[in-house]
Amino acid sequence: MFGAGGGTCSYQEVEETDVILLWGSNAREAHPIFFHHVLKGIDNGARMYCVDPRYTSSAQFSDVWVGIDVGTDIALANGIGREIIHAGLANQDFITHSTQGFEAYAASVEPFTPDAVAAICGIPAEVVVEMAHAYATADTAQILWTLGITEHHNAVDNVLSLCNLALLTGHVGRWGSGLVPLRGQNNVQGGGDMGAIPNKFPGFAGVDDPDHRARFEAAYGRELNPVPGWHLTLMFEAMERGDLRALYVIGENPADSEADVLHARAQLKSLDILVVQDILMTRTAEMADVVLPASVAWAESDGTVTSSERRVQRVRPAVSPPGQARHDIDILCDMAEAMGDELGPRDPEAAWDELRSLSAMHGGMAWERLEAAGGLQWPCPDEDHPGSTFLHGWLWADDLEGREPAPFSVLEHEGPTEELSEEFPLRLTTGRALDSYNTGVQSGQYDSPLRFAGLDLNSQDAAGLGIADGDRVRVCSPRGSVEMNARVVSSLPRGLAFTTLHHPELIDVNVLTNPDWDPKSGTAEFKAAAVRVELVDAPETAGAPVG
Amino acid sequence: MSSVITETAVTIRVDDQEVAVPDGATILDACDAAGVETPTICYGPTLTPVNVCRVCVVELDGSRALVPSCSRPAEEGMVVHTDSERVRHSRKMVLEFLATGVDVSQAVELSQWAEHYGADPDRYVPGGQTMDEPVRVQDNLYIRDYDKCVLCYRCVEACGDDAQHTYAISVAGRGFGARISTEFDVTLPDSACVYCGNCVAVCPTNALQFKTEFDLRQTDDWRPEDQTVTQTVCSYCGVGCNLELHVQDNQIVKCTSPDDHDVTSGNLCIKGRFGWNYV
Repeated sequence: MFGAGGGTCSYQEVEETDVILLWGSNAREAHPIFFHHVLKGIDNGARMYCVDPRYTSSAQFSDVWVGIDVGTDIALANGIGREIIHAGLANQDFITHSTQGFEAYAASVEPFTPDAVAAICGIPAEVVVEMAHAYATADTAQILWTLGITEHHNAVDNVLSLCNLALLTGHVGRWGSGLVPLRGQNNVQGGGDMGAIPNKFPGFAGVDDPDHRARFEAAYGRELNPVPGWHLTLMFEAMERGDLRALYVIGENPADSEADVLHARAQLKSLDILVVQDILMTRTAEMADVVLPASVAWAESDGTVTSSERRVQRVRPAVSPPGQARHDIDILCDMAEAMGDELGPRDPEAAWDELRSLSAMHGGMAWERLEAAGGLQWPCPDEDHPGSTFLHGWLWADDLEGREPAPFSVLEHEGPTEELSEEFPLRLTTGRALDSYNTGVQSGQYDSPLRFAGLDLNSQDAAGLGIADGDRVRVCSPRGSVEMNARVVSSLPRGLAFTTLHHPELIDVNVLTNPDWDPKSGTAEFKAAAVRVELVDAPETAGAPVG
Repeated sequence: MSSVITETAVTIRVDDQEVAVPDGATILDACDAAGVETPTICYGPTLTPVNVCRVCVVELDGSRALVPSCSRPAEEGMVVHTDSERVRHSRKMVLEFLATGVDVSQAVELSQWAEHYGADPDRYVPGGQTMDEPVRVQDNLYIRDYDKCVLCYRCVEACGDDAQHTYAISVAGRGFGARISTEFDVTLPDSACVYCGNCVAVCPTNALQFKTEFDLRQTDDWRPEDQTVTQTVCSYCGVGCNLELHVQDNQIVKCTSPDDHDVTSGNLCIKGRFGWNYV
């Protein structure tokens, strides 16, 4: 947002903020140690609103649980924006000085009265009003979100609807106020920063920008392709068209993690060659023609990762890799050499120095500074720079540091693409549990007493279907059906079912999920499928702890 | 003088040294600043003092009773004695009393201080007397050996207000029967415990122990002197928690996080603490 892809705040700031909107995030389970900082904020007096269709373990710590219907986030955000404007609580000075497009935005949110929002989102109108007033009148306030915002067919619009609220109130670009997407992997931030995305070089330099490209061409000593590449979703479309025939997968498990996964597996099978480089034998690796065993980056090799607060930290080898496993960097360099090319330095520090010479925001992060406990937060342009706790301070500078004012976005409420029907009357949403991680490749290896694999159901829905806690059920969506055990819970509203993606070997949940994807981000609508739930057979023991 | 004097500093005398500490610092902080080591049990750098162990007491001029250095704020002009006969005698007796009722054989620091003060628990109860409870092994992540528990409350604080806010454990019972307990003494898997292991991390006596360590000790294979500790970053989620991997024979045997790292303050979740055995 506003030009750099990173959370605008440091964790410490949430300890000192006044109002927290935790929106589409169950950080208590998915980002537990970040949530410790949130708890300090709450203990220090912050008021927290938790926007989530489920009454999660995070919501249990909130002052107000805002249990909206799945996929109605833009309606709620627009409604809060309208109320802020109508109550005269918008920060007019900030809007005038630092933003553009306010008039069009104000007109676009006009239909979203508290009553209209209440009807769309399934929450009381007073809650919309209260959130608007609490957020707008706070001295400092943050919006925190994760996949509840981004795993939708309109992910980017969802994010922009939250950015609008920060622009309306000036809650961005200063200590304690900001917009904080919490990252799901230990280096998803770093991967993007390093240019491991289809349209950017390191440091968010666009591949289609001739000036940036010339800089990288000079450094790498070769011509570079000016055409942005494909993200994963586009790759699968290319496989379907037959335009993509060879795939080299490094540390990803799309054969389990893609929405409408049966379709995805068929595409992977159709490839001429599939090469997988991974630390464990994933389902994707099992499908591969060649598997390259890799070392565990964070425990067997040297390097860096970058966290949700843009903090670059060192990872170090604690143990030596088993068998034939090799470091990713060695495998990649050898692969290039086999093709008759040189990728540059293999030594992690030398590779890092090359990065620093090309990405200004990393310029001051000398290896020995990173060695010091704690790491450094970008941007850190020179070696005397202490790193940056928050982003976008330029919004408050008299001259905006020469930048364009930040744009408001006009956004339509759409709702999930897959509507409920007589055949598929329940909404299925997927998510994460505390003890597990993504497709369970790593977390499935330790013996968690908390582990549960199954379907969570509202008690009235369960009773209506004749389902008791522990019963075996069949969940059917327009794409397929999967059997699992049911658990009757009090955390779900009527009409909503929930399961995790952690146990694909037991519950192939992505057979069910909706592959409609956001053209702006490539993310599928994992959060909203339409399903039917049927009883399979007699009750088993309650729950299904996984060995 | 080892501290920088700031505008809000207070100056106190520790033994024969004047030290300046920031307003709000404790006598213990002043002792640290003066380079005077102090035994502590219930105090932890990331925890709110609960003042139960009394092993950190010092003599304060003008105060009738000895004062707990970990929780008493330093005030301008205080004169503190850390090695007087009264202080040494009191610390020695605290350590002796604890060792009469508890198995302190794996409490490394506590044992070092007991030796330092010449503590001799046998003069009260020859051989000591513990509650003689079986070790609670209820899952494969950590064990509870309450014969080793000195009831310092650090685990209770870490589980509660000071970090985790889970409140799965508290002190139940009175007198010799007092012990740390889950609700209604149910097993850990049935309790509110979320297995962050932040209690294990703050336990000063090894009453709470990684199951990996417990198993290695059973076969006499726990060799801290052969272990390396490597600081790295957790692989689960994007928070960036720093991990200290304790490695013996090229195997990770336990995992901690540095107290002074401002992302974690020494705390982790179940995945970071226990989820590393795929390596």
